[in-house]
Amino acid sequence: MNELLKLLEKDARLTPEMLAAMLDKEVGDVKAMIDEYEKNGTIVGYNALIDWEKTDREYVTALIELKITPQRDLGFDRVAERIYNYNEVQSLYLMSGGFDLCVVIEGKTMREVALFVAEKLAPMESVISTATHFVLRKYKDKGLIMKRGDVDIRSELSDGLQ
Amino acid sequence: MDYSKLLSKTVVELQPSGIRKFFDMLSGRGDVVALTVGQPDFATPWHVRETGIISLERGYTYYTSNAGTVPLRQELSAYMKRRFGLTYDPMTEIVVTVGGSEAIDLAIRATVEPGDEVIIPEPSFVCYEPITRLCGGIPVPVTTLPENDFKLTADQLKAAITPRTKLLVLPYPNNPTGAVMTAEELLPLCDVLKNTDIAVLSDEIYSELTYGARHTSIATLPGMAERCIVVNGFSKAYAMTGWRLGFVCAPPEITKQMLKIHQYAIMCAPTTSQLAAVEALKNGDPDIEMMRAEYDKRRKYIVEELNRIGLPCFEPKGAFYVFPYIGGFGMSSEQFCERLLNEGKVAIVPGTAFGKGGEGYARISYAYSVKHITEAIERIERFVSKLKK
Repeated sequence: MNELLKLLEKDARLTPEMLAAMLDKEVGDVKAMIDEYEKNGTIVGYNALIDWEKTDREYVTALIELKITPQRDLGFDRVAERIYNYNEVQSLYLMSGGFDLCVVIEGKTMREVALFVAEKLAPMESVISTATHFVLRKYKDKGLIMKRGDVDIRSELSDGLQ
Repeated sequence: MDYSKLLSKTVVELQPSGIRKFFDMLSGRGDVVALTVGQPDFATPWHVRETGIISLERGYTYYTSNAGTVPLRQELSAYMKRRFGLTYDPMTEIVVTVGGSEAIDLAIRATVEPGDEVIIPEPSFVCYEPITRLCGGIPVPVTTLPENDFKLTADQLKAAITPRTKLLVLPYPNNPTGAVMTAEELLPLCDVLKNTDIAVLSDEIYSELTYGARHTSIATLPGMAERCIVVNGFSKAYAMTGWRLGFVCAPPEITKQMLKIHQYAIMCAPTTSQLAAVEALKNGDPDIEMMRAEYDKRRKYIVEELNRIGLPCFEPKGAFYVFPYIGGFGMSSEQFCERLLNEGKVAIVPGTAFGKGGEGYARISYAYSVKHITEAIERIERFVSKLKK
């Protein structure tokens, strides 16, 4: 039932009651489907997307390109596992093209991120090289634009007489 | 200066829209959650906006032909064929207008003379009656009934026709009720109209927003094209209300006359809007579907919620409004909406703003985020349960 997943992907706060109404289903069926998706790992988790720039939290994101020597029989999976288990790692993708693994790291400061790369990632046996790119500003993430807030431009332009 | 001598009596006697009156009460009320607007909450799709921006950068800032640019009319002709099975010659049967509103104005002004009657099913959008009056015409309201899901029936039509009848307004998908009319329901109307000289102003501005079967234009039915003036536009389908762009399709005998009014009163629709509209027509079908699917989810949600909290509503099959029954509390629609506004802090529009037939009902727009709708429903629920005590 991709429709349910699409709705939840866009807004995980929709309740089973709302979802049931939107999908013409019974509430119990929707709950059961969500349970099943959670159990089998189709739904991995639920996040809020936060624009930390609007807070006083110190926060940097970096994207690190890694070149890797694949291991016999295990390919990239073993080294990937060793990397994604670090809490600092937000995302990890196997890539086509000029490098192998793309690691997204979040840390308090650039220095903290740099140290993580130097001390944890670079020394790994199969890591051949690293290139670290710091994110200077997030304009859009997960389909959502980091904007001034939840405003309805319609009410700025008109009193709604249509 | 004696303004009473200056001003046109016909204009002075026009009633301000019932929606207007309600909005005056609403203005400056920051604590109110509104479900009142009649326009999409989506911004115009970016590729369409960008096309408009590029046209300005390149200096496309001049008038166009009166009827609209030829490429736009060609795209419109293809669009009407592709989406609704309608065949119109881009060179002689299409006029690009300043919104659907101008198209309605042209259609009425080109046909109605003093004393002519215009049949207007109600509840419906507020502009048909005043424009008819401005032409000296006589509006003949026909109240559509909830037991017919607010559709116009052949018997009602037959009863309203007189030798002075010039025009039938057919406002489906309907604002405010959300009613649509299928081919099967339109055919009996066609039988009544056949062998008459009555024209049909088919206002199809919500034609892309139907949930279930796709919209049927009455102009596709046998013998109807010759008498149909089809009004449509970009506002609702492509979320382009502020661009002010619509169009009207009709037999060349009619468009020729409408074009004269347009030429003298308007000159041409905004050039930027026309150029952006070509992009919308060429590449915008997926945008229509995305928005339609989103409205559909909200529609199902709000219908279920309103029924749950005790405001029964029939399932609207088009537009982005629901029209629940609010007459069960011993108040008029206006009283109910006023108290809901003052005590429940939610704004909805009394059904009577759309004609007498709206008594007992209210229009609720779901062109809002689910979060906004949820907040409004919670407030309405509290208000209604207080009334029930």
